[in-house]
Amino acid sequence: MRNRAETSDLTQVDFDFVRTLVKQHSSISLDDSKGYLISSRLLPIARGGGFGSVAALIAHLRSRPHGKVHTEVLEAVATTETSFFRDFHPYEALRDQVIPDLIRKRRESTRMLSIWSGACSSGQEPYSVAMVLRQVIPDIDTWTIQLLASDFSGAMIERARKGVFKQLEVNRGLPAHLLVRYFDQHGVSWWLKDEVKRMVTFFQQNLDREWTRIPQVDLVFLRNVLIYFDVETRRRILRKVRRHLRPDGFLVMGAAETTLSLDDSFRRVQFGRAAFYQPGEGSGQ
Amino acid sequence: MTKKALVIDDSRAMRTILSGILGGLGYEVQGAEDGGRALDILNAGELFDLALVDWNMPQMTGYDFVCEVRKEPRFADLRLVMVTTETEISRMSEALEAGADEYIMKPFNKEMLLEKLMLLGVEADRG
Ligand SMILES: C[S@@+](CC[C@H](N)C(=O)[O-])C[C@H]1O[C@@H](n2cnc3c(N)ncnc32)[C@H](O)[C@@H]1O
Repeated sequence: MRNRAETSDLTQVDFDFVRTLVKQHSSISLDDSKGYLISSRLLPIARGGGFGSVAALIAHLRSRPHGKVHTEVLEAVATTETSFFRDFHPYEALRDQVIPDLIRKRRESTRMLSIWSGACSSGQEPYSVAMVLRQVIPDIDTWTIQLLASDFSGAMIERARKGVFKQLEVNRGLPAHLLVRYFDQHGVSWWLKDEVKRMVTFFQQNLDREWTRIPQVDLVFLRNVLIYFDVETRRRILRKVRRHLRPDGFLVMGAAETTLSLDDSFRRVQFGRAAFYQPGEGSGQ
Repeated sequence: MTKKALVIDDSRAMRTILSGILGGLGYEVQGAEDGGRALDILNAGELFDLALVDWNMPQMTGYDFVCEVRKEPRFADLRLVMVTTETEISRMSEALEAGADEYIMKPFNKEMLLEKLMLLGVEADRG
């Protein structure tokens, strides 16, 4: 239960301060209904840092130059919920159609696949992709697989790199045969095996800053992240995605997301029960 | 057509919870308190799409049930999901090798069950 005395002291002025900080640094837009969310996510930092209350924590943020506590606050405000094989259908499409097609096309030429997960949270998304690749490319060791994963949160990147997951996390969405095949169990933690872990390169990247480490790729995963941004920011990021996506590559978004009405230079391509987006004129179907 | 599920668990409370979730998804659910009873139900001829199976039960364990079911080609389309407090990876491997299609470690929630059903393509029409 939340403690009213500690959280209800978020004044409009404090809320606006946090909102501006968050908007500036992580591009996340918080509407007025998010006051409670903010105070409940800041409370552990206020307590852990010995500030006593969320108000005192915000006073500290105000009075200091941008530093460690600011970063902690920004990372705490972002929703990082994720799971292995989230919504499953996109991964089914990757396994049955998209990856086999790309492999066929690249087999006689570059023998290379480049994939980027742009809001990877604790790593379940790129690791799911890595497992799919291992399943569908029998001669994977003769290919160059560039699997990049980034997030603006340093804490998430650090967690993702470890590749250690709780029972609760591997119980969700991950096919049991893959759990048995690609993880080692250490008590209640599940450690991803090296053969999958080393396939993914993690780094910090704010989507709304310059993309210095992102090459041309075949697949971009931007799932469940644009929803936190305002429309202008979404458009700006989608325009950049287009420039980094190969002409026959795809953008993969969250189950409830679409580029339609945001950017008409993507075409929607349906694979079974999943929709992917490909650079191309017109908004498609 | 309405999908049919068997819920096999010696705990009545667990049968009630699982039946409630599957019922909410539009499944027609029948319960059994151990593997032997469940086999009797299957052998009576009614066809099921899905069975959720506990591991540790008196009379016949869930593991033995899976082995028995997989000996019978006529049950090949039945999707078998272990739902158990057995969380050792070796146990999980054994169950999969014996022919279980999925594995859920207790404690679990409704969301996790739905995700596993989605993997097997047996998520029902509602929910
Ligand atoms: C809800 S999670 C989605 C994780 C995963 N893509 C999925 O669909 O399961 C959203 C992630 O976006 C990250 N994020 C938020 N703002 C960001 C930004 N401006 N740049 C990069 N990542 C950001 C958060 O740190 C968080 O890990």
